[in-house]
Amino acid sequence: MSIKLEHLNYIYSQGTAYEKRALNDVCLEIPHGEFVGIIGHTGSGKSTLIQHLNGLLRASSGELYYNGENIYREGYDMRKLRNEVGLVFQYPEHQLFEIDVLTDVCFGPKNQGLSPEESRERALEALRLVGLKEKYYQSSPFELSGGQKRRTAIAGVLAMRPKVLVLDEPTAGLDPKGRDDILDQIAYLHEKSDMTVILVSHSMEDIARYADRLIVMNKGAVMYNDEPKKVFEHYRELEEVGLAAPQVTYIMHDLVKRGMSVRTDVTTVAEAADEIMRTLVHHCTNS
Amino acid sequence: MDMVQTEKLVFEYEKRDEEGNVIGSSRAIDQVDIDVKEGQFIAILGHNGSGKSTFAKHINAILVPTEGTMWVNGRNTGDPDELWNVRQSAGMVFQNPDNQIIGTVVEEDVGFGPENLGVPTEEIWRRVEDSLKAVGMIEYRHHSPNKLSGGQKQRVAIAGVVAMEPKCIVLDEPTAMLDPVGRKEVLKTVQKLREQKKVTVILITHYMEEVVDADKIYVMDHGRVVMEGTPREVFSRVDELKSYRLDVPQATLLADELRKRGLKIPEGILKKEELVNALCQ
Repeated sequence: MSIKLEHLNYIYSQGTAYEKRALNDVCLEIPHGEFVGIIGHTGSGKSTLIQHLNGLLRASSGELYYNGENIYREGYDMRKLRNEVGLVFQYPEHQLFEIDVLTDVCFGPKNQGLSPEESRERALEALRLVGLKEKYYQSSPFELSGGQKRRTAIAGVLAMRPKVLVLDEPTAGLDPKGRDDILDQIAYLHEKSDMTVILVSHSMEDIARYADRLIVMNKGAVMYNDEPKKVFEHYRELEEVGLAAPQVTYIMHDLVKRGMSVRTDVTTVAEAADEIMRTLVHHCTNS
Repeated sequence: MDMVQTEKLVFEYEKRDEEGNVIGSSRAIDQVDIDVKEGQFIAILGHNGSGKSTFAKHINAILVPTEGTMWVNGRNTGDPDELWNVRQSAGMVFQNPDNQIIGTVVEEDVGFGPENLGVPTEEIWRRVEDSLKAVGMIEYRHHSPNKLSGGQKQRVAIAGVVAMEPKCIVLDEPTAMLDPVGRKEVLKTVQKLREQKKVTVILITHYMEEVVDADKIYVMDHGRVVMEGTPREVFSRVDELKSYRLDVPQATLLADELRKRGLKIPEGILKKEELVNALCQ
């Protein structure tokens, strides 16, 4: 159970004056059940990449295997693939359209061919999973706050019970609490089920907190593919391609420059606090 | 002098049924008193739906008060005769750069604003050049905006506002869609404009790190101003901020964490340099 990309290339407007290579020989393997982060500056190919995962874009060359099956093979069941790989686009709340929240979330499962009762059950389950309060189920999606709309839209994808959940900047424009709530909820879902999560984000702090593995895209190619800690050690290289390390990582590097012997492969606030305390206690007992 | 001043500002959105009859209203801004002096850097924080953007839209009279008054550069925004003066005093930059760029060439896009104000052609070109230099985009003047990165597009949008020579620039989440370097570029540009052109800056954002240099922070909740003060004052009230769905910068959070573990660290740390200094004394 995995997604495997072999020498994937994608060229926009091939054969015209506007030809642009958006993916360049991408080779990746995402095993089932992983929480993967994808970062890259604007225009690095992240969004193009994830649209390949459920076959919305077809590679110009190269192969993509889902659970060992080549999705470009003739007669491959794309519908099934799209049922299993759920894609949450940027600003998914712009796609809400139904008269009330519950009906909107039912849209996906209904399209999968489920009965109205089953669809409703799935929708209720998904709405509970994203933590939207029951009093909003009958509200128009347009009366909700930004964070609530975003949750409704994510529930719409979850109601289809995807095995792989791909999210393109799910927290852009949300307030800090909304940001944490949605990511905590996704992390909880990931832990509880064996769902694979692929999270595209511009927030290095969020990626550091949640992802098991981090893929860095640059100019349509994979630049790094490793544990977040190891990737963020290359903070200088990351800055050159429009990215950064989490703020606490910089604090640790500055402390080392000032003569404190802390580890620098630290990416979250809690870790940093532990590491600084460890060093200080160690320092005191030695002197 | 006061650049932006409000007195008991109230704004209500009308709810209408399908026939267009008013069936109720919801109060988005509730008795807000704000006072921004010329040249200040002001930040407005608040959760989604707290009323910050509605407030921002009052500053260049996209919306006008339901009750109370707002003055921008001494002019009442509710007075239709002052509309153009108000809009010339305050320029706005929004979240999505793609929605704000209309020209097919960078310099034409930047020239659009002053042209609409009826500025003479010679003067337009001088302003275009001047504002593109100010945002560090002059070498892209003949480029197509489509090919620029998010941060570059946003800087072009800012140049478009600067070319109208406003005294006050309002930025409504200008960095929400940008990658880390794009975010830095935009903030540096805003900083530079303050220093060189002495413009008043009102920044709305969800990134706490971006407002540590502000002269004053206002926190909004349910259309009201619930906290105000310097960044040091506001960010030292961690629990209160969290109750308004906000956060503090990572350096502040780490200092707080260390303090909880028994380390003696002074209150009010906002930047990583301050934390490093406190730890290495």
